[in-house]
Amino acid sequence: MSPSSTRLRLDWVAPVLLPAINLTVALLLSAIVVLLIGESPGRALRTLASGAFGDAESIGYTLYYASNFVFTGLAVAVAFHCGLFNIGAEGQAYIGGLGVALFCLGAGSWPTVLVVPVAIVVAAVGGAAWAFVPAWLQAHRGSHVVITTIMFNFIASSLMTYLLVNVLIKPGQQSPETREFAPSTWLPQLHDVVRALGWEIGRSPLNLAFVFSLLAGALVWFYLWHTRWGYELRAFGLNATAAVYGGIPPAATVIAAMAISGALAGLMSLNEVMGVQHRLLLNMPGGAGFVGIAVALMGRNHPLGIVVAAILFGALYQGGSELSFDMPKLTRDMVVVIQGLIILVCGALEHALQAPIEALFRAARAE
Amino acid sequence: MIADTFLIVTLLAAATVRGAAPLVLAALGGLFAERSGVVDIGLEGKMLTAAFAAAATAAVTGSVWIGLVAGIAASVLFALLHGFACVTHQGNQVVSGMALNITVSGLTVVLGYAWFQEGGQTPLLAPGARFGPIELPGAAALASLPVIGPIYREVISGHNLLVYVAAAAVPIVAWLVYRTRFGLRLRAVGESPGAVDTAGVSVSATRYMALVGSGILCGLSGAYLSTAHHASFIRDMSAGKGYLALAALIFGQWRPLPTLGACLLFAFADAVQLRLQGTPLPFVGVVPVQLIQAIPYILTVALLAGVVGRAVAPRAIGVPYVKER
Repeated sequence: MSPSSTRLRLDWVAPVLLPAINLTVALLLSAIVVLLIGESPGRALRTLASGAFGDAESIGYTLYYASNFVFTGLAVAVAFHCGLFNIGAEGQAYIGGLGVALFCLGAGSWPTVLVVPVAIVVAAVGGAAWAFVPAWLQAHRGSHVVITTIMFNFIASSLMTYLLVNVLIKPGQQSPETREFAPSTWLPQLHDVVRALGWEIGRSPLNLAFVFSLLAGALVWFYLWHTRWGYELRAFGLNATAAVYGGIPPAATVIAAMAISGALAGLMSLNEVMGVQHRLLLNMPGGAGFVGIAVALMGRNHPLGIVVAAILFGALYQGGSELSFDMPKLTRDMVVVIQGLIILVCGALEHALQAPIEALFRAARAE
Repeated sequence: MIADTFLIVTLLAAATVRGAAPLVLAALGGLFAERSGVVDIGLEGKMLTAAFAAAATAAVTGSVWIGLVAGIAASVLFALLHGFACVTHQGNQVVSGMALNITVSGLTVVLGYAWFQEGGQTPLLAPGARFGPIELPGAAALASLPVIGPIYREVISGHNLLVYVAAAAVPIVAWLVYRTRFGLRLRAVGESPGAVDTAGVSVSATRYMALVGSGILCGLSGAYLSTAHHASFIRDMSAGKGYLALAALIFGQWRPLPTLGACLLFAFADAVQLRLQGTPLPFVGVVPVQLIQAIPYILTVALLAGVVGRAVAPRAIGVPYVKER
């Protein structure tokens, strides 16, 4: 058998089997942690699953969390395709949220059909703007985007604390948050839509932003694999030297990739700020920017994989709160452990697992 | 007025020294790793691991020393895991570092909550189970001297042991990196691993040694947080100090002495911010505390952008070494 046909038949190993094996390994490692605490991993997994998918309300919560993670996962993935590691999705989402909040505070008298499209643009521009400085510095000064985006997360956090504590805070109130926006700027939530059609389902924060996140996934897929710019972006990520030799402009490609990445992260704020909280809170992204890293790695940087991985993480977050309720020794932080282990197994140790598994398959075929 | 100002400056200097100690230890740890060509975003995670392990062990055994050893051991363990992923299996170093940071930020709380039932904290350490202040000889005798007395008593003397360890670590690391065979190999591996390999020195072994060095120093840094500065582990107690140390390392251009300077600068900014808390300054009025908190990060970006000086990283940093077969 020629090597090329072996490779061809092994194609399904990378996108389907490997993530499944990686997830299993990460869950096994998490099971060890659960055992260390003296709880039953099997019971924990059952509680997690029923907490995430048990009824319409839990599914709604799962998909609401997933909406955030689709956006941030796509953000990290677009940068990854260009060979860049955007750790700054957290800060970019935060600044996107600032834009959305300022806009919603001022657009109280606008009709909803006008508010939503403008808010989408504002969220994307806010996130892209916060990614632009690190992108420009990477493209023109060679400042490593990993370090600058980390720094920009901290700068965003300081800036937002200042603004919320001193400027945007609702007068006469203790907690640093803006006043509530006018209801015309809220994204419709699913249970309200369904009630208007005559049914009742459990209340959950699931809202229109979930649909937007799926649309964003489709657009990213189209952009990366079916446009010239997407081709340039991926070519640059695979081999920058060859891409430049082929006439692809390096600076513009890097800046475009980071701006799109930041815009996607910024869009996350539609779900949190306009869809659920209807005001801007301190620490609005709540770590979703970092979950995006795990989601992108697990979804192998493909929009379809990212949606699946985001729903999985949504389930972990929703099931995790159920878990801490049912099994008090397991706090929600267990979800963070699983998240970290998934990044470790799917990202850092990808070669460690990939090589032996592929070798195994090759050996099995050779016989 | 002058006496007041002098007192404030002395106290600020003392607070700067205390605040810089954990940064110096972690940044020097990062220096080992990064000079060997391995990106070490995991400083934060290793500090947090060590802080938890040291406080938990010291609380159970009642010995701060056993706690220190446990803290260092836990930190080294995570450094070796980083090496396993990045050196042995050529994984992405940034991804691995983030994975460790995120895992640890959850794991320390989960274990702490389950083992001690205090909402994720470890039990408060008794005075004997933590590093207390050390009075250097002559502090009392010199106290009556004007100027020198208070400076010696507040700024030089009266810190805990790990502050002095941090101070000693700077020349020791500088000596190791610039004056020993190990240091030469370390720097060479970070610049041109192929050449080192050709000379018959193992790139992997050198990088592993560098990571162990990073683990030990981050272990000391973490133990400082939970058994010297505080008397227990608190969730997320490293609070970005690992990233700040990384910024200091870059700001110090991956060299020990400038890194010390950067740590002192960042710690000073923090001490000033704690002291001010909304007090108006002459000419500029009230400076927002958040602006002062953001200064280290803004400075680091400015340095990386080449606005103030130029940061040149070790050439082979971030690139896994693949030995030709």
